[in-house]
Amino acid sequence: MSPPLLAVAEVGKRFGGFVALDAISLEVGAGERVGLIGPNGSGKSTLVNCLCGTLRHESGSVRFDGAVMDGLPAHERTRLGMARSFQLPRPFRSLSVAENLRIPLLYTVNARGGRHLPPTEIDERSRELLGLVGLTEKAGHLPRDLSQVEMRKLELARAMAAEPKLLIADEAMAGLSHSEVDDILALLRRLNERGITIILIEHIMRAVMSFSERLVVLVAGRKIADGLPEQVIRNPEVERAYLGE
Amino acid sequence: MRNHLFLVAALAVGALVFFLARSVGNEYVFVAGYVVLQYLVLATAWNILGGYTGYVNFGTPAFFALGAYSTAALTKLVTLPLPALMVAGGVVSGVIGLAMGYLTLRLRGVFFSIATLALAVVLKTFITNWSFIGGSKGTYIVRPMTVPLLGSYSQYLFLLMLLLSIGAITIARSIERSRLGYGFAAIRDDETAAEASGVPTLKLKLIATTLSGALMGMAGAPYLYYGAYLNPESAFTLDYAVNSIAMPLIGGTTSWIGPLIGTLLLGGVQQWASVSRIFEGYPQVNVLLVGVVLVLFVVAAPNGILGLLRSRRRRSTV
Repeated sequence: MSPPLLAVAEVGKRFGGFVALDAISLEVGAGERVGLIGPNGSGKSTLVNCLCGTLRHESGSVRFDGAVMDGLPAHERTRLGMARSFQLPRPFRSLSVAENLRIPLLYTVNARGGRHLPPTEIDERSRELLGLVGLTEKAGHLPRDLSQVEMRKLELARAMAAEPKLLIADEAMAGLSHSEVDDILALLRRLNERGITIILIEHIMRAVMSFSERLVVLVAGRKIADGLPEQVIRNPEVERAYLGE
Repeated sequence: MRNHLFLVAALAVGALVFFLARSVGNEYVFVAGYVVLQYLVLATAWNILGGYTGYVNFGTPAFFALGAYSTAALTKLVTLPLPALMVAGGVVSGVIGLAMGYLTLRLRGVFFSIATLALAVVLKTFITNWSFIGGSKGTYIVRPMTVPLLGSYSQYLFLLMLLLSIGAITIARSIERSRLGYGFAAIRDDETAAEASGVPTLKLKLIATTLSGALMGMAGAPYLYYGAYLNPESAFTLDYAVNSIAMPLIGGTTSWIGPLIGTLLLGGVQQWASVSRIFEGYPQVNVLLVGVVLVLFVVAAPNGILGLLRSRRRRSTV
């Protein structure tokens, strides 16, 4: 078996006396679709922040694509192929939708070495990405003109512009309607079919169950289950965490 | 417009300004014009950090004074032409800008601003107690009366500051449309998202503080020659901090033209007020004017004149 794309070993993170992550270990293979669930405050977003370099973990290590990530700043991890979307959309508010995609194209794709994208190709690529997520008509608009679902799509498109190997979608569907959730799920599936590994963090169980090949459950900073979705949700410990005794 | 074309156009405008100023036939035009141009450089330099990346710097007097005092110190040691002294002042202020950036850029928002204010206080205390460059009683030079070709020394100073402002504006404008400019804008809008998009935020912020500091230092370097006297009170005056923030804010901070508009307006009004009969005997009226105009703009046009124009254009197209 080929080595996993992402290998998290015994990662721990504290905020003062509060243990946010307690020795989390996790492996994700190339091309996999993994769902990460857990009640509020269980450490999902903290784990994402530690993986992406927004926060520094205190113990354990993160390996991605064969390289050790520990201590690397976030922008270098993005350049190595790890992209994320944010739980609350964080667009560049003074830049147009197309310009929002320009940032990762200029700073990630161009910074990877090799060929620099000429301006025409940058425009070409951002048009293609906007087409992929269905925001072509909004290219010249500012983010404040977008609806919630369009904002989520922009968030995903910007992560995709960095040409990642791994996309971590942090609650990309929170607050969306039934059909909008299906919209985003279809988009994520298309990305996965292009060979991108996806970790989906989500509360909407319908979405997680239909999307994930594997489910990981965090509760109070510990991983309590990891396996096939149907088996994991029948796990008594998971039921207890979600439904109580 | 391409950058070199813009530079040629800016030089042409500069030449026009210079010859118009000469045609007035009054030396005072150069004395007053120098101050406006000096503010144009300071405002443009401030805007590279404050407008483009969103880090509000209250330390303009520190960088300006560093340039001025570099000249004072060097003049005591060697004889150098003024353009060389300006480069030296730029290097000193740029290095201090880099060091300050490294120490303070992990602070965000208002904490960064407080740190820059502290830098000005620390430097002023240091210079006030350094007797080699005059300490608290200041230092002076006997400045030449004339220069070859131009004639009066005031014209020479005016011309140097004019060239520096053309340089500063050209740099600011070329940043705006570049990869660097997009990176700065991303930092201004959301630093965490910028990092996640691959922007090396610390490196970019250091470029901004260094460049901004260096330009401020270059603007300060000829100050000793302008006034023939330099002391900590005049080099560290609050005017520099207030004006270099107010001018970009009034014009608009997201573009190179904002500081230009703001400086011409505010700097022009200040120069008028300082010679106008109406305000005779009230030298502080300058700062009062800045205050009143700034309050008006913060209330009525928070994005400056550029913001007003843009929202009008948007309304007419929608």
